[in-house]
Amino acid sequence: MALLETRGLTASYGDFQALFGVDITVGAGETIAIIGANGAGKTTLMRSIAGVLSNQAASILYRDEPIGALQAPDIVARGIAMVPEGRKLFPSLTVEENLLVGRYGRRTDGPWHLDSVYGLFPVLKERRNTPSTALSGGQQQMVAIGRALMSNPELLLCDEISLGLAPVIVRDIYAAFPRIRETGASIVIVEQDIAQALKVADRVYCMMEGRVTLSGRSADLTRDAIHTAYFGADPGAEHHELA
Amino acid sequence: MNWLDTILQGVLLGGLYALFAAGLSLVFGIMRLVNLAHGDLIVLAAFLILVLVTALGLNPFLAALVAAPLMFAIGWGLQYFLLNRTLGKDILPPLLVTFGLSIVIQNGLLEGFSADSRRVVAGSLESASVNLGPVTAGVMPLMTFFSAVAVIVGLNQMIYRTSVGRAFRATSDDPVTAGLMGIRPQRIFALATGLAMVVVTIAALYLGTRANFDPTSGPSRLIYAFEAVIIGGLGSLWGTLAGGIILGLAQTVGAAINPEWQILSGHLAFLAVLLFKPRGLFPRAVD
Amino acid sequence: MTLANPPFTVETRTRASQLFAIAAILVLVIAFAAPFIVSRSIIQDLFFILTMLVLAQNWNLLAGYAGLISVGQQVFVGFGGYALFGCVSLLGIDPLPAILIAGLFSVALAIPTAFFTFRLYGPYFAIGTWVVAEVVRLLLAQWKALGGGTGTSLPREATRDMMGVDLMRDLFGMKAAQASDALTYWLALILVIATIGFIYRLLRSKQGLGLAAVRDNEQAARAVGVDARRMKAMVYLTTAFITGVAGALIYLQKARISPDAAFSVVDWTAYVIFIVVIGGIGTIEGPILGVILFFLLQTILADYGSWYLLMLGLIGIVVMLFAPRGLWGLFSDRTGIQLFPVRRRLKGGPLGHSIKGGPHG
Repeated sequence: MALLETRGLTASYGDFQALFGVDITVGAGETIAIIGANGAGKTTLMRSIAGVLSNQAASILYRDEPIGALQAPDIVARGIAMVPEGRKLFPSLTVEENLLVGRYGRRTDGPWHLDSVYGLFPVLKERRNTPSTALSGGQQQMVAIGRALMSNPELLLCDEISLGLAPVIVRDIYAAFPRIRETGASIVIVEQDIAQALKVADRVYCMMEGRVTLSGRSADLTRDAIHTAYFGADPGAEHHELA
Repeated sequence: MNWLDTILQGVLLGGLYALFAAGLSLVFGIMRLVNLAHGDLIVLAAFLILVLVTALGLNPFLAALVAAPLMFAIGWGLQYFLLNRTLGKDILPPLLVTFGLSIVIQNGLLEGFSADSRRVVAGSLESASVNLGPVTAGVMPLMTFFSAVAVIVGLNQMIYRTSVGRAFRATSDDPVTAGLMGIRPQRIFALATGLAMVVVTIAALYLGTRANFDPTSGPSRLIYAFEAVIIGGLGSLWGTLAGGIILGLAQTVGAAINPEWQILSGHLAFLAVLLFKPRGLFPRAVD
Repeated sequence: MTLANPPFTVETRTRASQLFAIAAILVLVIAFAAPFIVSRSIIQDLFFILTMLVLAQNWNLLAGYAGLISVGQQVFVGFGGYALFGCVSLLGIDPLPAILIAGLFSVALAIPTAFFTFRLYGPYFAIGTWVVAEVVRLLLAQWKALGGGTGTSLPREATRDMMGVDLMRDLFGMKAAQASDALTYWLALILVIATIGFIYRLLRSKQGLGLAAVRDNEQAARAVGVDARRMKAMVYLTTAFITGVAGALIYLQKARISPDAAFSVVDWTAYVIFIVVIGGIGTIEGPILGVILFFLLQTILADYGSWYLLMLGLIGIVVMLFAPRGLWGLFSDRTGIQLFPVRRRLKGGPLGHSIKGGPHG
């Protein structure tokens, strides 16, 4: 049984349709990467699952329950947490307060609490009482991930966590992922850094213009196939280096 | 004229204004909503206490204790069912809806209680006073002032030390992301307005026992509350207390010179602060 | 690449607006003739409607177009009224020029006022304007020469001997009181035409476009070089002038002034806001429709005292919640009719259909 499944998911912003019938599945304990160019609909997909955007109830199933029409707090309560694009820390809260807010909607006991998040990202413990705005970008991203973990989610959604960060910082952050996986949580990451995505994910979905254009196990996908799915099959398109 | 006495009275009066202002400050801090009916809600609470005192023969303090949960419910419902619908990028709907509400409350009270001035009788406490060396202070003004300090300490503790307080600040920063944390902004806003109405009840208790009030007293209470908030600087409750004290001082000193100048001197002090420190004396928020 | 397309033309005129223009001229002709047709009490009612319409158009310009939500416009009504009384009673100036002088006094008051209130952000600006109105009210209540807190009346001969009254008595054989009512009525009518004409021209001008840009997105407007502050200050001063003139005219007709009445937030701001909100904020048609509805409600319900005001408050809240663009907005959305079209429409050119807003429209 899939933990999460979308069936013919569509989403629009007013007159502008952003998703055209997206089907993805996420198995228990699986890590999924969603890749695609800007505007492919990746963030819209994440926001739909997390309940920021409202959809047809039956277009998103979580443990076979239709959750498409639920709002974000109801989604959190069911065990889906999101690390939003752009980190979105609360500027008037300290590092520790940001982490504690992560527990507001779901106070389940589990592997994640303040101590274990500080264990995962030790630098945060040193800076626990600083305002979140005083942190570097990488540290802010750690807070955002830690904050999502505080609700002990069974499904963690990570939207563009490497955006705007130096490669060495990105590597540090991704180093935390095996520890998150060990707890049994499923993870969906949206990434523009394809090499990074292929490294951590079991399976990959590639999106273009609001549709899934390619999916498969990370190990099976060829660079050419990804390239076509990413940019379309136009032979005149200029060649992009993937890694 | 005893200047020391005037100053003491001014400071204590400032406590009352801080009580008027604390609820306004709380609500603005969390949802950027300025409730133009705030003063009328204070007067509504004062009438509620009056009814409880006269109809049930309750002691005013006990009456306020009964009125507080009722006012909380009114505030919660008002925010959840009415004002939440007006929140958004445009500041016009909340202003106009609360302005309409102000007219509705005033005229509803006029219909129910006539235009007569009222007062809540607090018995022997009204005339009781404490000797503080060179000056004496009334027990009620002292209680008003210490209630204001207690309210501000309490609100600060709640905002900075509790889970709900974190949710308040998080929602104030970014309601969408707060939703991703399981916070329901609509309920947080309703809770905040409910709490503001509890503070309003405390303010109403002292308004009603210290001075006369009538159904049209609301707008000037709103203005005093607003002046205290702006003088103190947005976003800081202690600043609001300081703002209340400065307003109270200006009014008492003005009144000591010429009784007709009481209100005017308060306004002029406010304009002077706006002129020299447009962001208030103790600014904290960034707006 | 260039294509031989017919060129675009930008116009704001619509068919309905042309028909309306003809109807409007007819209405105006009748309106000017009214003092010869209807009774004095109807003229007084019409005067009330016209002056409220001027106040409403001004408040609408401030709040609906410049985003300056003021609950303190009564300051200019009251100050205009007091300036008129000062000019007439203390300086012996004829009431007619005194009305214009009162407008200038209002601008003179608006300059320091803007200096204070423009420091306040959004909703706080609203209460700031109210504080200023209170300050001016309290200060004028101290001015014993104009009656202090209890107020004063205009000397009878001031309105009886007002410029134009003699002429009208000779020409039309009117009694003095009738002539002065007719005169103030015509002045109010001219003021309405001038106000609407001015606002309409302003909104169709380059400045009007800048104003709309500021209202929609102040940051973006600044980025393309619109000086938002200057724009708002200009609108604020202009409305102060017109509101001051209207205040002077209102109190010339009433002939009695007191601080509490002249600076009444209910009479000069709450009613005005109600008119604009139910009619439709951000349109010129809205206040016209609103003032008619307001007058009808007042005529029907005025005997109910505070119930009447309570009703107005409730209606205002309901309209704001469920029809935020007012009754004219509802009508205009259904029918597409605009009597004072200020929106620029693209005509001709290669596009056969009008361009509707994209994802953000």
